Amino acid sequence: MNIWTGLLAVVAAFLTVAMFAMADWDLPPVDNNQTGFRGTAMVQIGDIERLAEGVAANQVPEPPWELDTSGPRASEVYENVPVLGHLSSDQFDRLMAAITEWVSPEEGCAYCHNEENLASDDVYTKGVARRMLQMTWDINTNWTDHVAQTGVTCYTCHRGHPVPQNVWYKEEEPGPTGGWAGYTAGQNTVSVGLTSMHTDPFTALLGDYGEIRVEGLDALPSDHVVSIQDTERSYALMIHMSEALGVNCTFCHNTRAVQEWAQSTPQRMTAWHGIEMVRALNIEHLDPLQPVFPPSRLGPLGDVAKTYCTTCHQGVQKPLNGDSMLGDFPSLSAAPP
Amino acid sequence: MAEYQNIFTRVQVRAAPDLGVDLPRHDTDRAGKPFFAYWIGWLGNAQIGPIYLGWTGIVSLLFGFAAIEIIGLNMAASVNWDPIEFVRQLPWLALEPPPPEYGFAFLPPLSEGGWWVMAGFFLTISILLWWVRTYRRARALGMGTHVAWAFASAIFLFLVLGFIRPALMGSWSEAVPFGIFPHLDWTTAFSLRYGNLHYNPFHALSIVFLYGSVLLFAMHGATILAVSRLGGEREIEQVTDRGTASERAALFWRWTMGFNATMESIHRWAWWFAVLTPLTGGIGILLTGTVVDNWYLWSVKHGVAPPYPDIFQGMGDPAMGAGQ
Repeated sequence: MNIWTGLLAVVAAFLTVAMFAMADWDLPPVDNNQTGFRGTAMVQIGDIERLAEGVAANQVPEPPWELDTSGPRASEVYENVPVLGHLSSDQFDRLMAAITEWVSPEEGCAYCHNEENLASDDVYTKGVARRMLQMTWDINTNWTDHVAQTGVTCYTCHRGHPVPQNVWYKEEEPGPTGGWAGYTAGQNTVSVGLTSMHTDPFTALLGDYGEIRVEGLDALPSDHVVSIQDTERSYALMIHMSEALGVNCTFCHNTRAVQEWAQSTPQRMTAWHGIEMVRALNIEHLDPLQPVFPPSRLGPLGDVAKTYCTTCHQGVQKPLNGDSMLGDFPSLSAAPP
Repeated sequence: MAEYQNIFTRVQVRAAPDLGVDLPRHDTDRAGKPFFAYWIGWLGNAQIGPIYLGWTGIVSLLFGFAAIEIIGLNMAASVNWDPIEFVRQLPWLALEPPPPEYGFAFLPPLSEGGWWVMAGFFLTISILLWWVRTYRRARALGMGTHVAWAFASAIFLFLVLGFIRPALMGSWSEAVPFGIFPHLDWTTAFSLRYGNLHYNPFHALSIVFLYGSVLLFAMHGATILAVSRLGGEREIEQVTDRGTASERAALFWRWTMGFNATMESIHRWAWWFAVLTPLTGGIGILLTGTVVDNWYLWSVKHGVAPPYPDIFQGMGDPAMGAGQ
């Protein structure tokens, strides 16, 4: 056997091993669930083990103790409680204990409070936490088209981490800065969902009100002009949504006509409101916090951590498997009247 | 008798190398001392060389090398000349066409797609010169020019994708990036932007001819291998003396499907199916965005796309106030 045949055999063996070891395989059995008309391939396919892992990884924590809304108000007992003063002092203490478990279980109360004087606003995170409470009320009150009556709490995003683990910052475009070669159009590197599309579809489409829709509504050419590059940007966002929820395109779309609303599933409506919600949260609640954060909490381009689908969904179709925590924490449902 | 029932050639005949027929008077000579390669002989003729490049071949290779070089160096630049990242991300890297704001400008800035236009130009010259070469070599051998015209069909699709359609759309940004995954992402985005290419009838024709080519290739290859034990693969002899192999090959298909191609016509079938694949596909691409903007809606308009039962009742565009 000559050397080339040997070399070829080694390369083939390497590629075979790499294929088995590196690819993201779903072992049978798989779960499948038809959602659309027959013949349209509208079916959700899920790996049963992974679905079970998703359920196990998204459990709701127990509340610290029984809720008691009677007794003196927090505003009477404590100083400087502008947003939660309407709660009973017991309910206030209980919420503080829960937030510590949800957001800073290792750092404890001192993550937001000056422990010498809990009423002081010395620590910047306390101001951020206030803003986050208002954001939670905003979501649970004004965005029920997306979160329904399930709603969200701090835990939906934080999951025991001071900064939620699934957030995004603005990024430099891939490629050399100001070079004379290597133009990438913001793409062409390992990107969302292992595609080679935009590394940052979020700044324009979730951090701003960039146009996501790409198809024309006329059969023939009109004044509707959208570039292939913008199409890829929207496509990258859709891949992000698919990865975030662990679903296929057909969860929302009939892919024979992806833009047609009349052929889309009701989930697409929920997702549409979700996109609008994420844009509003990033622009109205998170961007304004930029001056509050120390530089170490900001991204490479100096912007705040922002939210996208994965922030809450974390790989499952319904965050925390659709279990509502608002029954245990009614104070997070809405701002005081 | 020698065995022929194998995907590899089992018996290799060795004699003095065949140097080919005489060339026309003004042609340069074929170059290189011919030799035999045993492993190559498993797949085809064991004799390697002599080769004829001529000026078209040499210039074509030079331009082709320049195009590949521009593409590769731009890919390397896009990962800041890091050799490890270049290898690791190679399937994701690309040389991207200019963005929409440059339209169909003669030469956009090199830092924003100008290299793409240049690489495309060099690659086009290389391919066209290689076409001239296939045409002229066929003529020099006294053959027909079928190979050249089949190649021209593929060149037509290449030019439609990278030049003719971008020219008609007035934008280089409509063209395909030079890259492995990026050109696949382009393909999907192209279909998403223009309302599902599967409703483009020329795309459908192209698929018919593509899959038809595969089927014909399998049928023809299988038939000839099946009668090779009777000498059926020796076509030159079959042309003058249709022996038992050719008869059986024909009879097999007449028995199984009532119709059979002939020794000549099967190759015409194959040639037309192969040629029509990129030809119809290229027409489909050419019409997209220029004549039809949304193939699904076009198909609805012409009664091609069937309506399905409205099983998600009450769904409408929320941006237009539905579902509130």
